[in-house]
Amino acid sequence: MAYSEKVVDHYNNPRNVGTLDKGSTEVGTGLVGAPECGDVMRLQIRVNPETQVIEEAKFKTFGCGSAIASSSLATEWIKGRKVEEALTIKNTDIVKELSLPPVKIHCSVLAEDAIRAAIGDWKKKNGVAETAETVAVAK
Amino acid sequence: MSTVLSNVEVPAGVSLPIYMDNHATSPLDPRVLEAMMPFFTTKFGNAASRNHSFGWEAEQAVETAREQIAKLIGATAKEIIFTSGATESNNLAIKGIAEMYHERGNHIITQVTEHKAVLDTCKRLEKYGYRVTYLPVKADGLIDLEDLKRAIDDKTILVSIMAANNEIGVVQPIREIGKICHEKGVIFHTDAVQAVGKIPVNVIADNIDVLSLSGHKIYGPKGVGALYVRRRNPRVQIAAQIDGGGHERGMRSGTLNVPGIVGLGKACEIALAEMDSEAAYLRGLRDRLKAMLEAELDYIHVNGSMEHRLPGNLNVSFVYVEGESLLMGINDVAVSSGSACTSATLEPSYVLKALGLGDDVAHSSIRFGLGRFNTQAEVDYVGAKVIDIVKHLRELSPLYEMVKEGIDLTKIEWQAH
Repeated sequence: MAYSEKVVDHYNNPRNVGTLDKGSTEVGTGLVGAPECGDVMRLQIRVNPETQVIEEAKFKTFGCGSAIASSSLATEWIKGRKVEEALTIKNTDIVKELSLPPVKIHCSVLAEDAIRAAIGDWKKKNGVAETAETVAVAK
Repeated sequence: MSTVLSNVEVPAGVSLPIYMDNHATSPLDPRVLEAMMPFFTTKFGNAASRNHSFGWEAEQAVETAREQIAKLIGATAKEIIFTSGATESNNLAIKGIAEMYHERGNHIITQVTEHKAVLDTCKRLEKYGYRVTYLPVKADGLIDLEDLKRAIDDKTILVSIMAANNEIGVVQPIREIGKICHEKGVIFHTDAVQAVGKIPVNVIADNIDVLSLSGHKIYGPKGVGALYVRRRNPRVQIAAQIDGGGHERGMRSGTLNVPGIVGLGKACEIALAEMDSEAAYLRGLRDRLKAMLEAELDYIHVNGSMEHRLPGNLNVSFVYVEGESLLMGINDVAVSSGSACTSATLEPSYVLKALGLGDDVAHSSIRFGLGRFNTQAEVDYVGAKVIDIVKHLRELSPLYEMVKEGIDLTKIEWQAH
C-alpha cells in the first residue's frame, strides 16, 4: 500500500509523543480502540484551568502508520486550542489532511474519539475537582 | 515512500530492497531460466504434436521434466500430471477424488491452517453435499493424530493435510498421517507446495497418495505445477476437472506449458542436488536472525513449532507493535505480516488465530521467508533494522508502556470498534 507523504512524515517524525501525569486534575486522558482490533490510541491533554486552552497534548499509539499519523496530527491540531474548539475537529478533516484511503478511515474516527475521550475525562475530572474544592472552601 | 527513520547502515554487498518473502514466491534460478529459454524460441513445439520433430522435441523435454520431478519426491514419471500451479493441483485433487469416489463416501478431512486453495475447495464441496471435518491444530501448529483417527469414519474418502504451512512453516507429521490413512483405506492428499524441494518428501516412505507442488516456490517459473497421483498400492483415480484434448492421460486437458514444465523440472533437479546444503545454510541464517532479535528485544513470540519447521521460515510476533506499522518502517525489506491491516478483509491471519494467539499478537506478526539467494549480510541488516524500528514503535506504543508499568492489559475494558 502506498502511503501519502504526510502519513510518512508523521510516522517518521511523530509530533508530541509522550505521557502526561494522568493523576493531575489539569490532565485529561483518552484511551480508545482495542489491541485485538490492531489499534489503540492514548491521547492526553493538559488544560489551563484559567483559559481552558489545551497547552499540552501527548499521544502514544499502537496501530498502523495511518493510525499513528492520525493521532500525531490530532495532537498538533488541538494544541493551543480551547477545549470547546478542539471538539469541533472532525475525522473527515483528518482524512482530508492525510489523504487517507477508504480502508484507513477508521484510523481517523479513532483519533476523533480519542480527542473526545480525553476532553471528556478532563471535564469529568474537573467537575469532581471543582466540587472537592467547593467542599474544601465550605469547611 | 522515501524516508526511513532508521539509521542502520547498509552493509557492503547488500542492495536494497531485500527480498525475504520466499514463501510467497521465489526468484527464478538463473540455471532454470537458461534451461527454459530454448523452449520459448527455437524449440517451441506442441508436446502433443506427434508427426514432426518440433513436437517430438517438446515431448522429450516434458518427459525429462516428469522424470526430474518424480525423482525429487520418490515417484515414477507416469504418476506426475502437469497443472498451472498448486491451486489447480489442490482443486483437481480434492474435487477429482470427491467426484470419483462419491459412491464410496462423502466425508473429507482437512485442517484449519490449510491454504485457501484447500479450504475453499472443501467449502465448495460442502455445498454439493459433502461433509468436511476441519481438524484443529495445537498451539505449536501441529494436528493431533488422535483427532485424525477419531475423525475418520466409514464414509471418509479423503484426508487432505498440508506438508508445511505457508505462514508459520510448521511441518505436519505426514508420514504418520499417511500411515493412519492407509490403515483405514482412506486416500491421503498433501499440499506440499512449501515442503517439496526444501525438506525430504518421499511419496512411498511418507505414505502419500496424491501430492500438489508448484514451480515458483522452488526457484522455478510461475504458472506451472504438478500433481502426483499414485498408480500402485493403492491406485488412485481422479475425475478430470478440465475437459478437452485428453492431455495428461485425460486427467488434465490443455496444451502443455512446455517452457514452464522444463523450468519446473530443472528446479526440481537443482533442489534435489542442493537440498541438504541449502537447508543447513537457511537454518543457519534463520537461527542467526532469531538470535539477533531475541538478544535485543523483549516480548517477542515465535509462532509455531521451532522443532517441526521449514529451515527458511521465521514467524515472529513483536508484541505491542502493530505489524503494518513495522512493515512501513522496514519498507526496504520485503516480508509479510499477519496483521489485519495488510489484508483486504481487515481480519488478522486465520493461521495464527488457529494457534490460539490473541488477535493482538496476530496483528504483531512478521513472516520472514529466507531463500536460496539471501546472504548473511542481508540477514544482519534486516535484523538490525527490525530491532531499530520495533524499539521506535514501542516508544510510541501505549500498550508497551502500560505493560512495563505492570498493568494487566486483559483487565482493561477496551472499546472495540
